[in-house]
Amino acid sequence: MNFHSSPIIDQVGLEERAARLMKRSIKKSSKETALKLALNMIDLTTLEGQDTDGKVRQMCYKAMHPHDDLPDLPTVAAVCVYPTFVKTAKQALKGSKVKVASVATAFPAGQSTLDVKISDTRFAVSEGADEVDMVISRGRFLKGEYNYVFDEIAAVKEACGKARLKVILETGELSTLDNVRKASDIAILAGADFIKTSTGKIKPAATPAFTLCMLEACRDHYYKTGQMVGMKPAGGIRTAKDAIRNLVMVRETLGEAWLSNEWFRFGASSLANNIILQLEKIRTGNYHSMDYISID
Amino acid sequence: MAKKNTKIKASSNGSHNQNGTSHQDISLSVQKTYKLYIGGKFPRTESGRYYKLKNSKGKFVANMCRGSRKDFRMAVVAARKAQSSWAGRTAYNRSQILYRIAEMLEGRKEQFITELVELGSTTTAAKKEVQLSIDRLVYYAGWADKYQQIFSSVNPVASSHFNFSILEPMGVVSAFAPEELGLLGLVSIIAPAICGGNSIIILADEKLATPAISFAEVIHTSDVPGGVINILTGLRSELKGHFSSHMDVNAIVYTGDDKQDIIDIEHNAVKNLKRVRVYDLDWYSEAAQSPYMIMDLQETKTTWHPIAHDMTGGGGAY
Repeated sequence: MNFHSSPIIDQVGLEERAARLMKRSIKKSSKETALKLALNMIDLTTLEGQDTDGKVRQMCYKAMHPHDDLPDLPTVAAVCVYPTFVKTAKQALKGSKVKVASVATAFPAGQSTLDVKISDTRFAVSEGADEVDMVISRGRFLKGEYNYVFDEIAAVKEACGKARLKVILETGELSTLDNVRKASDIAILAGADFIKTSTGKIKPAATPAFTLCMLEACRDHYYKTGQMVGMKPAGGIRTAKDAIRNLVMVRETLGEAWLSNEWFRFGASSLANNIILQLEKIRTGNYHSMDYISID
Repeated sequence: MAKKNTKIKASSNGSHNQNGTSHQDISLSVQKTYKLYIGGKFPRTESGRYYKLKNSKGKFVANMCRGSRKDFRMAVVAARKAQSSWAGRTAYNRSQILYRIAEMLEGRKEQFITELVELGSTTTAAKKEVQLSIDRLVYYAGWADKYQQIFSSVNPVASSHFNFSILEPMGVVSAFAPEELGLLGLVSIIAPAICGGNSIIILADEKLATPAISFAEVIHTSDVPGGVINILTGLRSELKGHFSSHMDVNAIVYTGDDKQDIIDIEHNAVKNLKRVRVYDLDWYSEAAQSPYMIMDLQETKTTWHPIAHDMTGGGGAY
């Protein structure tokens, strides 16, 4: 395939546009709506070497019951775990609408053979994962082996079956906006259901400029083909304010159709509790404390 | 030194904002912008508001930040972040840092005397106030590794338990600096709070705000971790509700004797059972420094530790 068709990114222009979108002031009822929407878009994530079944079960409970003091609070969108915890999560979430996403393909470095990555993916799906978060081979990409990266994504997509595929570009390792745009285009053309900024293990991750650049790739693809592709910024989004700013970017770049957890997600762990703090502030009128909110 | 004298003279002449009173010295004096002190940084108030600080004779001194609800919120976030690692430091280290503040203040005595005189104090009173502030810091530096032993206890119980009570800091403290003695009053509230491992957000008195912000510069160069001490300026009437109702503040220190203020604060404090401490003291007096003021911002934790009677297991310490 010809991957030289990706547009060159005007870095200064893009950063300025992103900065301008960051400055919108969202208040009162719009803020409350945005906060609940953002909560409903979270992939509550634990991807640590020290994860255990107990930790995953606890997080699943949090996913279904973010904060029971607040009535009418939505659940989060999904939990995101390693393949070995998919079964545990699936059981813990039984009866709820919360989905299970699993990272796969030798997350987070992706330095493994295609066979291993495919079997990793098949295992996650066979355990019941609704969604698969794969990482691309950044080394190959940076060497210019775009066809390899494309084929790999396509092969993983095939292994996913019905599970939706999120493709992690790891923006912090791609360095330039041009690379991020090219990788976005490759992932979208290879069949990604979502494109995702980062693993959360590398900084910088979901900076406004990287996120906007990827959103524009989704937009251009939609204009060209009429097909929607989802977006998931992950890594470094910790506050309700960050989340609302992201929603503004989505609304302004892709439109309202993307403002649902079908098409937009946040990869985050501490974001949920920060959103709850803000919602409690709105409910009670007082700034709230983490002392009254369960840990995630 | 000659320049400094000129500046002092100029300000007492009532032309603080512009130099040029002297024909020989045509350089303009550079005025300090007084800002807030939050999380180890000196931001302006996010609200963009200010108020004119005038001294006791009605003369303009400086434009001060009129801190807002959001400034306070940012300060609480910074204080919460800093508190646990501050409490986790050794008592000895907290002692060293308190002493370090005293050292830094000692080196800047003249500046504080000037500022206090500018606000209407006499030179004699200002000198006394600065000296007492230094002494007070040294006093609490001495207590940092001793109050725990004095107030903790081993308690007699009837069962086979080792039972002991120890002190733990309340956590994040909000406070109002006294309405007199801009430096000594402020120091008298801050020192016992941080001595005991708390972090603090203190509102400088409206009319005595300049030395409070200069004191922040002293703290900033004294190895106090950012966020442990946060100093705001603004209107007490506007901020008292937020200081007392924030759910992430564990204790509040009120200075003064306004009955309605105290009732309002106690009412708000109920929401998360904040501890309320009210001080109406003569800050020059011996009574204004005491280990009980450290104790006032401590919680007592009592622990039951089983004692094993057979020597083969359990108990640990035996």
